[in-house]
Amino acid sequence: MTGTVRHDALRSAPVTLLVEVAAWGGWTVLRVHGEVDMATGPQLRKAVVDQIGGGRNHLIVDLADVSFIDSTGLGVLIGGLKRARSQGGDLKVAGIDDRLERIFELTGLGDVLAVIDLDAPQHAEVSGLP
Amino acid sequence: MSDGVISLAIPAQPEYLSLVRAVVAAAAALDPGLGDDRIEDLRIAVSEATTNAIEAHANLGSEDRITIKCDLGDDRIEVEVQDHVVSGFDPGTLEYPSPLDEPGRLDNEGGFGIPLMRVLADEMKIRSLDHGTAVQLVVYASSAAKD
Repeated sequence: MTGTVRHDALRSAPVTLLVEVAAWGGWTVLRVHGEVDMATGPQLRKAVVDQIGGGRNHLIVDLADVSFIDSTGLGVLIGGLKRARSQGGDLKVAGIDDRLERIFELTGLGDVLAVIDLDAPQHAEVSGLP
Repeated sequence: MSDGVISLAIPAQPEYLSLVRAVVAAAAALDPGLGDDRIEDLRIAVSEATTNAIEAHANLGSEDRITIKCDLGDDRIEVEVQDHVVSGFDPGTLEYPSPLDEPGRLDNEGGFGIPLMRVLADEMKIRSLDHGTAVQLVVYASSAAKD
C-alpha cells in the first residue's frame, strides 16, 4: 500500500464552473471558465437550458478559458445543439485551441458543431440570424 | 514510494475527478520523455475511465472507493482505474472501436468515453474482475501523439 493517498480533506472543495453571458451580434455567448467534466457538466447544461428557456436559442459556447473538457462536456454541447435546433436556433462553439480541435476531430464533433472566431468581424452569416 | 507506483483511492464522487487528473498529470510529468500532448491525452483518458467507474458505483449505490494506480516505467506510464462493484459488465460484449462517424451517432449525448480512451491511449484494456472492473491505460514516451 506504499504511496496510497486519501484525500477526504478535499471533499468539500468547490467544483464550480463560471459561465459569463454576453450578447454578440444577435447571438448569446456563454463564456465558460474552468474544467468541464462529470462534476461541472450539469452547470453548463443548466446555463444552456436556461438561455434557451428564456428564448435565447442562438448560442455560442466560448471555450477559450476551458482548461479541460472530456466526453461529459462534449455530451453537454451535443445536447445543447439539439435543444437549440429544436427551438429553431443553433449552437456554435468558439475559443477552440489545437488541443480542443483534436478532440473535436477524434469524436466527430467537428462535423456537427460549427466553430466561429469571436474576434473576427461580425459578418452576416453569423450575426444576421435572429 | 517503491517501484515508481503511485496509488490513489478516492470516494466515487465526481468532485474528485479534477484531483485524479492533477495527480496523474503530475506523475506523468516526472517522465521527461512524455510531452505535454501525451500528458493531455492521458489526462483525458484517465478522466473518462474514472468517470465510468464513478457511474458504475453510483448505479449500484456503492460507497466503496475507486483506486487509481500510476506505474511509471522507463519509457511508459501505465494507469489502472479500478472500480469495486460487480456490475456484470462483460468487456467481451463491448463493441469497439465504436465508430464515431457513424450516421446518427451524435444523436446520443453519451458514449464518447470509451472510444476516446482507445484513441488517446497507446494501449487500453478493460478487464472484468471478481470484485469490479479494471481499465488499463498505457502511454509510451517514445510514440508521437496518435491521430
